[in-house]
Amino acid sequence: MRANAITRRRRRELIGGGVLLILLALLPLPIANVYLRGLIVLTLLYAGLSQGWNILGGYCGQISLGHALYFGIGAYASAILFTRYGVPPTLGIFAGGALGALAALLVGWPCFRLSGHYYAIATLVVGMMVLLLVQNWGFVNAAMGITIPFRMQSWEDLEFRVAVLPFHYVMLAYAAIVWLIAWVVEGSRWGFIWRAVKDDVAAAESLAVRVFPSKMAAAAISGGITAVGGGLYAQYIGFIDPDSGLGLSLSVLIALPAVVGGVGTLWGPLLGAAVLIPVQQLSVAWLGGAGNGVDLMIYGALIMALALARPQGLVSLFGIRSQAGGEAVDRA
Amino acid sequence: MTAAIVVQVVLGGLLMGLVYALVAAGLSLIFGLMDVVNFAHGELLMLAMYAAFVIHENLGLDPLLQLPLVAVLLFGIGVAIYRGLIARALGVRFNTGMVQIFVTFGLSIFLVGAAQLAFGADFRSISDGLLANRTIAMGEIVLPLAQVAAGLVCLLAFAALVAISRTEFGRALEATREDRDAVALIGIDRDKVFSIGWGIGAATVGIAGVMLASFYYISPTVGSNFALIAYVTVALGGFGSLLGALVAGILVGLVEALTALLVDPSLKQVGIFAIYVLVLMARPRGLFGRL
Amino acid sequence: MPDPVLQIRSVSKSFGSVAANIDVTFDVERGEILGLIGPNGAGKSSLFNSIAGADTPDRGEILLDGRRISGLGAVACTRLGIGRTFQVVRSFDSMTVLENVMVGAFARVRRARQAMARALEVIVFCGLGGRADVPAHSLTPPEKRRLEVARGLATEPRVLLLDEMLTGLTPTEAQAGMELIRAVRARGITIVMVEHVMEVLLPLIDRAVVLHLGRKLAEGSPAEVVRNPDVIRAYLGDRYVS
Repeated sequence: MRANAITRRRRRELIGGGVLLILLALLPLPIANVYLRGLIVLTLLYAGLSQGWNILGGYCGQISLGHALYFGIGAYASAILFTRYGVPPTLGIFAGGALGALAALLVGWPCFRLSGHYYAIATLVVGMMVLLLVQNWGFVNAAMGITIPFRMQSWEDLEFRVAVLPFHYVMLAYAAIVWLIAWVVEGSRWGFIWRAVKDDVAAAESLAVRVFPSKMAAAAISGGITAVGGGLYAQYIGFIDPDSGLGLSLSVLIALPAVVGGVGTLWGPLLGAAVLIPVQQLSVAWLGGAGNGVDLMIYGALIMALALARPQGLVSLFGIRSQAGGEAVDRA
Repeated sequence: MTAAIVVQVVLGGLLMGLVYALVAAGLSLIFGLMDVVNFAHGELLMLAMYAAFVIHENLGLDPLLQLPLVAVLLFGIGVAIYRGLIARALGVRFNTGMVQIFVTFGLSIFLVGAAQLAFGADFRSISDGLLANRTIAMGEIVLPLAQVAAGLVCLLAFAALVAISRTEFGRALEATREDRDAVALIGIDRDKVFSIGWGIGAATVGIAGVMLASFYYISPTVGSNFALIAYVTVALGGFGSLLGALVAGILVGLVEALTALLVDPSLKQVGIFAIYVLVLMARPRGLFGRL
Repeated sequence: MPDPVLQIRSVSKSFGSVAANIDVTFDVERGEILGLIGPNGAGKSSLFNSIAGADTPDRGEILLDGRRISGLGAVACTRLGIGRTFQVVRSFDSMTVLENVMVGAFARVRRARQAMARALEVIVFCGLGGRADVPAHSLTPPEKRRLEVARGLATEPRVLLLDEMLTGLTPTEAQAGMELIRAVRARGITIVMVEHVMEVLLPLIDRAVVLHLGRKLAEGSPAEVVRNPDVIRAYLGDRYVS
C-alpha cells in the first residue's frame, strides 16, 4: 500500500514524539533548582491529564467540566490502598485507573444524551456532588484528607521524598504513555468515528456508526488515564483531600491545556501545559503571596486572551491542523 | 420537629428559591439569546454584593434603596462584558461553543482575583440597615425580614422580566434568538439586542445580589456557590424558559431547605444535585426546556 | 423471474398533519437502476429516509432480501446493506477524502490498515484517486458528490440510494456521473435514484416509479412512464395530456 499523507504524518508524529521524549528525559539533568524541577514534574503531569481529557473533550467533542472526579478517584483509591491495605502504588494506580474508567462510564451513560452545554453543566454538577459527599464521608477521612506517610525510598512504592528526579521520570513516563495512547487511538477506528460524529451525526449514522458506544469508549479511556494521573499525584505530594483532588478549579486546570493548546490535536495538550502550568504556578509563587488575587487575575486574563486570540489552539502557530474545525490553518 | 419549624423551613426555602429563580432567569436569558452559558454569572452576583457593600459603607445608602443604582451599574457591566469579550467570542470561527465556555471561565477567575485584590479575602457583611436584624413573626413562625424582602423583591423583578419579554423589545429578543441571521433583514440590530440582553441578564443578578448582601456574607468566592445553583436551576428548568427558571428555582430552594432539615445541613446541596440528576434523566431538556 | 432485493409494502408516513407517503408499494429488482421520480412534495425524500432507516414508517413495512428493515434505524439498515447519499452533501469537513471514506469502510472492518486499503480502492473507483489527501471541504461540487458515493460504497451495500446525485451538474459532469452510476451497478449493487430532472434520469434507469402527493402514481419502463397521461398531468397539468 502506497504511503499517503496519513501514514506519512503518523510516522512524523511518532518520530517527533520520540525526539521530544529524549529531550525531556535529559532536561532536568542540568537543572539543579528543586523548585524548577518540581515545576517540570507538574507540567508533565498536567500534560498527561489534559491529553486524557482531550480524548473525550477534544476528539469526541464532549466538554467535561468534571474531570477532577476521576482524578480524585484515582488519588484516593491509590492512597487508601497503600495506607490501609499495604498495596504498593505501582499496582494501586492501576486499580484507581480501572475505577476511574468505570466512573466515567457511569457518568457518561446518562449524560451523553445531553447536548453541548447541558452536558458540560451535568459533568460540573456530578463533580461538585461527589466533592460534597466526600467532604462528609468518614471512610475517606472527609475534609481532612489522607496523608501518605513516607517510610523509605523505593521505586515499588513510588516513594522518593528526598529527590525530585525520580518523579520526573515517573511523570515523564506517564505523559509519554498517555501521548502514545492518544496517538494510537487517533489513528484507530475510534478516532475516525469520533471525528465523524463531531462533524455530522446523521451522516455518521448513515455509515453505520453507533454513536453512544463510541462515546462510552472515549469516556472509559479518558477517565482511566485521568485516574492514573491522580494516583501518581497522590504519591508525589503525599497528601490528598477533597479540595486538592476533586475541586472545580482542578477540573478546569485539567481541561485548559488542551483547550489552549488545541483541542482534538496530539500536541495541543503538551503545548498548552507547557505554557499554562508554569505561568499559573509561577504567578501563584511570585504574586499570589498573601492571597492578593493578582495571580488569579493573570491566570484569568491569560485564559481569556488565549481562548479569543487562538480559538483553534496554540498548535495552529505551528501549522498543525486542528481536528476540530479543521479548516483552521488553510482559511486563517 | 414541630409543624411550625417545618413551615418555617419551607417558607425560608421558598424565599431563597425566588432569589435563585431570579439569578437563574438572568443566566437563562443570556443563554436563550445567544447560546452562551455565562460561567462568570456567579461573579456578577459577587460584584453586585460588593457594590452594595461599598455604596453602603461610603454613601450610607441602605441596600433596599440602592436597587436602582446597582441594577444600572450591573447593566452597564453586562453590556461592557458583551461588547468587550463575548462579541469577540461569538465571532470566532471554530469551536465557538468551547471558546465561550472558557472565555467566561477565564473572566470568572479574573473577577475573583480582582475582588481579592480590591477587598481582600476576608468576609464582609452589611450589618445595619432597614432590613438587618429584624424578623417577621407569624404565630410561631419567625423569618428574617431581610430574607422575606429578598424573596419578594426577586419575585417582583421576575415579574418585570416577564413584562419586558412581552414588550416589543422582548419580541425582538425572541426573534433574535430564533434566527440570528434573519433579524438583520427586518431592521433589528443584533449587536444592540445582544448588548441589552446581557445588560438585563446582569441587572437581574445585580438585584439579587443587592438583596443577598443584606443577610449573606460577602467574599470573593461567594459567587461560585450561587453560580453552581444557578446552572443547576437553569438546566433543571430548561435553558431559555423563564417559567422554567421560576419553577426550578423554587423547587431548588425547597429541596435545599428540606434536605438541610431532614438530612444534614452540610449535605443540603446534594439534595439539589440529586433532583437535578433525576429530572435530567427523565427530561434531558429540563422541565420546560425548548432549546 | 422476478428477484426483488428491496420490497416496499404499503408504506405510509405522516409528519404531523402532512401525509408524506400514502400506501406506497413497489419492488426493486436486484441489479437494476430504479428511478424514483415525482414533482416537489411527492414524498421521495421521505421514502428514502424510511428505506435508509432514518425514519420509521407509520404503517407498512420495508424488506431487504426478505428481511424486515423498517424501524431498525439508520445504523442497522446500513449494516444490513442499505447505503445512501444525502441531497445536501454532508461530508466530514474536518477530514480528508480518504478519511471520509475510511469512516464508511469502518462499517465492515475494524483495523485502520484494512479500512485504508478498502477506502483507497473505492476512491480510485469513484474517480477521486488523485484527491485522496485533500480536505473534504475544498472539493468541487461534483467531487463532493463522488465522495458521497464513495463513502456509501465503502459500506459495501446491496442497495445504494442516491438522492439527487445529478441535479445541478453541467452536461459533462452529469455524463461522468452517469458513467459512475453504471459502474456501481456493474459491481452488482442495486441502485435507487431520486431525481427531479427527467432528461438526466431517463436514459440511465431501467425502470421508474412515479410518486405524486404521497402516492404511487405509476410504475414501468421509462418510455411507458413518460407517455402515461396521469404522469404528464401531475408534472405539467391538464393542458399537455393529448
